[in-house]
Amino acid sequence: MSAKGAADPMTAPILQAEGLTMRFGGLTAVDAVSFTAMQGDITAIIGPNGAGKTTMFNCITGFYRPTEGALRLMRDGAPVELQRLAGHRIARAGVARTFQNIRLFQGMTALENLLVAQHNTLMASTGFGIGALLGAPGYRRAEKLAIAKAVRWLEATGLIDRADDPAGALPYGQQRRLEIARAMCTDPVLLCLDEPAAGLNPRESEELATLLRAIRDGGCSILLIEHDMGVVMGISDRVVVLDHGRKIADGPPAEVRADAKVIAAYLGEGDDA
Amino acid sequence: MNGEVAAITMAARPKVAAAAVKDAAITALVALGLFVPIVGLRTDVSSAGTLYLRERWGDVAILVVLAFAGRLGLLTWRGLRGEAKPATAARTALLARAGTFVAPLLLGLAVVLPFMPGTGRYELDLGILVLTYVMLGWGLNIVVGLAGLLDLGYVAFYAVGAYSYALLATTFGWSFWICLPLAGILAAFWGVLLGFPVLRLRGDYLAIVTLAFGEIIRVVLINWASLTGGPNGITGIPRPSFFGLPFSMSGEPDTFAGFFGIEPSPVHRVIFLYYLILILALLTNWVSIRLRRQPLGRAWEALREDEIACRALGINITNTKLTAFAIGAMFGGFAGAFFATRQGFISPESFTFIESAIILAIVVLGGMGSQIGIAIAALVMIGGFEVFRDLDEWRMLVFGGAMVLIMVVRPRGLVGSRTPTIALGARRAIGAEHVGEGRG
Repeated sequence: MSAKGAADPMTAPILQAEGLTMRFGGLTAVDAVSFTAMQGDITAIIGPNGAGKTTMFNCITGFYRPTEGALRLMRDGAPVELQRLAGHRIARAGVARTFQNIRLFQGMTALENLLVAQHNTLMASTGFGIGALLGAPGYRRAEKLAIAKAVRWLEATGLIDRADDPAGALPYGQQRRLEIARAMCTDPVLLCLDEPAAGLNPRESEELATLLRAIRDGGCSILLIEHDMGVVMGISDRVVVLDHGRKIADGPPAEVRADAKVIAAYLGEGDDA
Repeated sequence: MNGEVAAITMAARPKVAAAAVKDAAITALVALGLFVPIVGLRTDVSSAGTLYLRERWGDVAILVVLAFAGRLGLLTWRGLRGEAKPATAARTALLARAGTFVAPLLLGLAVVLPFMPGTGRYELDLGILVLTYVMLGWGLNIVVGLAGLLDLGYVAFYAVGAYSYALLATTFGWSFWICLPLAGILAAFWGVLLGFPVLRLRGDYLAIVTLAFGEIIRVVLINWASLTGGPNGITGIPRPSFFGLPFSMSGEPDTFAGFFGIEPSPVHRVIFLYYLILILALLTNWVSIRLRRQPLGRAWEALREDEIACRALGINITNTKLTAFAIGAMFGGFAGAFFATRQGFISPESFTFIESAIILAIVVLGGMGSQIGIAIAALVMIGGFEVFRDLDEWRMLVFGGAMVLIMVVRPRGLVGSRTPTIALGARRAIGAEHVGEGRG
């Protein structure tokens, strides 16, 4: 549990949300939420069921277009307005994500999954497909590099022995790790994880935390949604708490855990009182 | 109940037998209900010229008894066989190993067919027909098998290719080798044109729109009489020449036979057409196999597996789908141009929905995404259909029965497994249970 994000003066913001609002008809799922995720931090968004976590997440990763507000991704010092980009452009801007209900390419092997993730880099080297069709050396080099990167991530996630197995045949915990590896193969600056610890046993959760710390130390910032407070408090540098679409707390884990409003939200006292 | 039957003790056996008889009796009852109106009653014209109702209760009885005995036999066989083997992965692996021998064998046979003893005009024509459908199957496989986009109007691209070639060749007198790529490009263009409006559609909705597209093309061909000749079609389409040497009976030095100093024979042209379609089909196969191992092909398969995940990885879904439509359509266009030059005459009658259905059936029966499976399915469906020509009106029954049988025995097609496009170690086939079918 490090608090380096808050203490380190060198850190700059990686993602800034300003007055982010998402309405579905009459329902306001996310209501004017502003927060900043720092570079090199693990930032967690927590909250009870229906607090608007996943909606917020879908706005950041381009699956929804926010009704109001701005989302700024700082890439190489220049801000990128995420809310204006088309869905697939957000991944190219450097935001990768995983899904709450794992979405792997089940019939493809673990290795193939990681190569699909490098589609854009590989596609650029194919020469409109013609070069690759004829086996041009430029494409072969690019493919070799892509495989090397995939192998690196398979090793980092402990899946190298399962590289040639279909993703659908892997056990649940390994599928979760493979999905993270796949997201990392897109070379993101911000990795967004939607309930990565859901359904994992304590040992797997611990492995996941180690993996996430390693990814953070490798220079990729992490934004995660989590339901389970225990996991979040252990690895996050900063926690944002949502309830009924509003931000009710924001700060280091220890501070957030002691916050009266957060306790009320989680114990369900705040609604009636 | 088949699982239980194997395990029962002698004491329980009569009970199971009774259940089987009861099941068979119900089957017989259903058969009776169906066959009484269908077979039992028939209107005929009497010798006096009046209509009368003929009753054929004997035939009904035979059919009902057959249904009863068949059902009882099936249940007994299931009972004796015991539990069905659940392991499909091992069996698919075995099949894949057998498949590695089947593909070169079939290819070798296809190459030497014209020179095999006993191969006449009829066999070659049948070979050309089968290879045309193999090529169409491989072309549609890119759209349906790889990208998972259900296309019921594939014949439209076949028609575009055929009419492109026919119009270009008859109007401008261009040679086959110039018109062939143009026909492919035009078909690909129409593929993109179809692709745009259906990008957002999935599954059943996509199927309906593509079906409509196929019909629109056909109806336009019928009604735009000033361009396409309407229902009369286009006649006098130039036959192909051997790189400028026409196939003619005269034996002049500037004809194929004369140039090579051989006896003129009408079979030469058929053999040439046979090799032409073989090369075109193999080109389709080669491009499909190469593309599958490339980012584009992997993106198609990823699209079939999970479209949302593709988007999250930064894959441009619009472009990926459109390229699948365009490349699939292009091969349909090539096949269409070949069809036009082979027939010398085309009309909208050749491009009805049944053609789309047959091509799709070949892809589905062969196993979506499997090249060799599709080739075998085309051989069985088109070749088999011809072989059973003597059965006359029963032919469709045999055909339908065979299709149902394949789908019962192998629900994911002849080759349902998927070979990975790349592997660190040995490539192992992926069982059909993991591979997605695509939701459009």
